[in-house]
Amino acid sequence: MIDTTRPLQPPTKQPLWGRRLLNMHAWSTYVFLYAPIVLLVVFSFTKDTFGVRWTGFTLDWYIKLFNDQRMMTATFNTLWVATVSTFFSTILGTLLALGMERYRFRGRDGLDALLYMPIVIPEIVMALALLAFFSFSFGIIQALTGVTLRMNIWTVIVSHVAFCISFVTVVVRASLKGFDVRLEEAAADLGADTRTIFWRITLPLILPGVIGGALLAFTLSLDDFVISFFTVGPGTNLLPIEVYGRVKRAITPSINAISTIMLVVSMLLVFLSQFMQRRADER
Amino acid sequence: MAMVPSIEAPPDQTQRRNRSLFGLLAPGVLWLLVFFVLPLLIVVVYSFATNGPTGKVIWSFNLDSYRLLLTKDLYYNAYIRSFVMGIQTTLICALIGYPLALHMVLAPPARRTVLLFLILIPFWTNFLVRTYAWMLLLSNNGIINSVLVAVGIGKQMLFPSEGAVLVGLVYGSLPFMVLPLYASLSRFDFTLMEAGSDLGATVVQRFLRIMLPLTAPGLVAGSVLVFIPTVGQFVVSDLLGGAKVDMLGNLLQRLFTRSNPPNWPLGSALALVFMALLTFVVVLYFRSTTEEDR
Repeated sequence: MIDTTRPLQPPTKQPLWGRRLLNMHAWSTYVFLYAPIVLLVVFSFTKDTFGVRWTGFTLDWYIKLFNDQRMMTATFNTLWVATVSTFFSTILGTLLALGMERYRFRGRDGLDALLYMPIVIPEIVMALALLAFFSFSFGIIQALTGVTLRMNIWTVIVSHVAFCISFVTVVVRASLKGFDVRLEEAAADLGADTRTIFWRITLPLILPGVIGGALLAFTLSLDDFVISFFTVGPGTNLLPIEVYGRVKRAITPSINAISTIMLVVSMLLVFLSQFMQRRADER
Repeated sequence: MAMVPSIEAPPDQTQRRNRSLFGLLAPGVLWLLVFFVLPLLIVVVYSFATNGPTGKVIWSFNLDSYRLLLTKDLYYNAYIRSFVMGIQTTLICALIGYPLALHMVLAPPARRTVLLFLILIPFWTNFLVRTYAWMLLLSNNGIINSVLVAVGIGKQMLFPSEGAVLVGLVYGSLPFMVLPLYASLSRFDFTLMEAGSDLGATVVQRFLRIMLPLTAPGLVAGSVLVFIPTVGQFVVSDLLGGAKVDMLGNLLQRLFTRSNPPNWPLGSALALVFMALLTFVVVLYFRSTTEEDR
């Protein structure tokens, strides 16, 4: 006989030992995730010259860092790369998003696939392809015009734009999904021209999405190591590459300090971009 | 007088539409064609070229690089090691990630967002920084070794080693597994499990026959998201594995930027075969997992 009087069980109803096991597993995983990061931050303040154990509090490593000319130049270069590549990839990505969401056209599916390629392809393959491309095309330019071009900060910027475009497009497209086209139609009925509609109606409405995309591009560019490493050429110093070079030599508290700063900066950026996206979703 | 909208757009309007569509798409598409598609094609060209004695590429075309790939153990081993490490990382991530995602889904809704954020925060930090953090932990005088000494086991050489690389890889890609699993599990109807238990199925049976098949899409997506970046990476194996753990990425990096002399044609061939194998494995995996569903 079927017992119909029994109320619907909530999904959390489980054997007690099962829940305990799940809880234990979850909390040990959180420890696994956070222990390395927390220790890194703690050890950036330690007096220990090897930076791997706690022997007292000091800010020396941070002070040393700010007096480190190489590190400062590298930081400045990295910020410059991130700023310029964010500027271009945001414009190109937003335009692509508008075209993809607003229009139906032949080759749209193909373009969709092309846009996802830089996201799914292994980073190292894209990096070495760009290196091959720059070397190949610089060789041709030299043969044709006699002008010798070298890889520098601009080859990095061009490459960063190439992989950031797709990410910006994804974010902006998401913010265009709930867009009410009637607002633009109303503006057109009231006599606004295309340019006015874009600047006064469309852009303000999708702005949170655009800013979210820009922040994502900025974070990606700031954090990128692999593509920068392949496309930078000698003579230009970037922060992740400088850190990588030093890490390979030895663990020092200065690296703990710069890592802590990088960690805090990228977290702030992501919180900001999440906040922007949430605002975009609310609209 | 009221304006009556015409049913068919006049030709000048279609033209205007096409012009604005072109204006929107052309700059971005052009950028991607020149700085993404063209570079990949150039890699194909390089893979058939000849490497000169000083590492300068000679433009005479042959299959030497591909032949070298097939005959030298070094390259064969790098492929095997990369794919094995990729599979190991994916499996470990699934074993850790599935119960974790389940724990998140079973939590009260208000806490779910917090738990989700807890997974995401370490993931947002720089990959290099995250790997470096493990070097600190595993170093000779690091915390783990201090604990080992304190409990009487004594100092162990924890890194560079293959185990350290595996830990670093799992650490770096766990969220990629947890997020799709979380999405799948939060759509799962838990009353099905009760139905199963009412019909007399054991816990294991219910998991294997009900929950796992219905959340398979999340598991498949997560596996691919973990597997692809893992197989191609070189930073983690370089920093945590030293010269001991050679993955494909390390070989590629050396062939293109460091080794004396460099060998771009060989590196290009290595990268292209890698891409082909990767695509093959991922497609095969998708095929086999979707067939199970039927």
